Amino acid sequence: MREASSEGANTLLATPDHIHQDEQAPLVRRAEHALRIGIGGPVGSGKTALVAALCRTLGNELQLAVVTNDIYTTEDADFLLRNGVISTERVTAVETGACPHTAIRDDISTNLEAIEELEEKLTPLDLILVESGGDNLTATFSRGLVHRQIFVLDVAGGDKVPRKGGPGVSTSDLLVINKTDLASYVHADLAVMDRDAKAKRKDLPILFTSLTDDPTAASVAEWVREMLIDHAR
Amino acid sequence: MTNVSRNLPALLLLTDGRFPAGGHAHSGGFEAAAENEGTRTLATMEQFLLGRLHTVGLVAAAFAAAACEVALRSMDGRFAAGGAETGADTEGGNLHELLSPLDAEFNARTPSPVLRTVSRRLGRQLVRAGRRIWPNSSLEQLASVPSQGLHQPVAFGAVAAAAGQPPECVAIAAAQESIAGPATASVRLLGLDPFDVNAALARLAPEVSRVAAEAAACARFPLADLPSRGGYLLDISAEVHATWEVRLFAS
Repeated sequence: MREASSEGANTLLATPDHIHQDEQAPLVRRAEHALRIGIGGPVGSGKTALVAALCRTLGNELQLAVVTNDIYTTEDADFLLRNGVISTERVTAVETGACPHTAIRDDISTNLEAIEELEEKLTPLDLILVESGGDNLTATFSRGLVHRQIFVLDVAGGDKVPRKGGPGVSTSDLLVINKTDLASYVHADLAVMDRDAKAKRKDLPILFTSLTDDPTAASVAEWVREMLIDHAR
Repeated sequence: MTNVSRNLPALLLLTDGRFPAGGHAHSGGFEAAAENEGTRTLATMEQFLLGRLHTVGLVAAAFAAAACEVALRSMDGRFAAGGAETGADTEGGNLHELLSPLDAEFNARTPSPVLRTVSRRLGRQLVRAGRRIWPNSSLEQLASVPSQGLHQPVAFGAVAAAAGQPPECVAIAAAQESIAGPATASVRLLGLDPFDVNAALARLAPEVSRVAAEAAACARFPLADLPSRGGYLLDISAEVHATWEVRLFAS
């Protein structure tokens, strides 16, 4: 017998206490609905740390909520709760049957359930961050689920990763290259990463971050603010 | 062209494992069985599937077929021969009210509170997908219903009706689905050889047809006489599984 978890994040195994009306229309930009930003990227690149940083920085100025998609367990959601960056009712952990990329791209129905329940419970929300479980370079979010997506790489994953490309590197609305403080330890050349990423992404933005040096993720938060202004137009 | 072959592409779409209605995240109790009952080999997995087919598979198929029967009647006014909409909204009344007694009967056959929630969630996700894929005013009536939506097999029957399926085909689809999901889960969970797992599914095909025929034959029974076979361990283990700290599947 496994040990039972006594506390932790909300999952969809609980029944909501209201009558739920699901959305019929495909995802469109509507100012009365929260901006949804997907955050994806390989395992260990710092997605959850980035979500935590954004909650810390934007939590006081915005009404925000988070949906996590773990490979298993509710670890990412629990991390956010343990760090006290967001309250329990604002986080829902979607269980993905070991396939987070399926839950954020091929079959988005469970994530839509989670998002709409958060919007009904916490209305009005400004921003919903949808975090993917760590996955591969081809994992991107469905345009039916999020308005914008951030792809997070890290320097320690190797400076060749941007050159390898893939839809996350090439097409995400923002590419974040994290853990720049580790570059010298892993012999990663940030200039090479920048050059390769620019070649793949043309004019799409790239931000280099170190969440160790700047736990507020100020540059990414500023990008999110710009997206919110754009969303409200 | 017969009705069945004309409607077959829609049936294949509905039963495709990639149909976006949330099923991929559920193992149908297989994860709990693998961990607690040692169901970790191809042979024991096949026995698990057979047990599931004969219990919850039969019940799901019968309820899906019965729901399809009800939904087709309610949609009939607007669906003339050939499936074209005539616009005359004559028949049946609110589909949710028509399906409620069936839903209550299915609820009574689902003792586990966790499985009740899971089934209603999956029912909602199915309606969410179905009303975008096969737009239909009767399905719209299922989008906002009390108690967080219809049970999955009832919703399956309604969505399949909107996709133009007759109850016999719906029963086959539901019976097949009752084992196809756990079979896929076994590949992800235990790394069983996918060819062997699909061979097991192929071996079970005649049994799926038999169970589906039995289920479809019940579709017009009085509701209380619909099958009520259950796998006790599926209900009990679902309650335990939901408390695991680490699990790959939602149920």
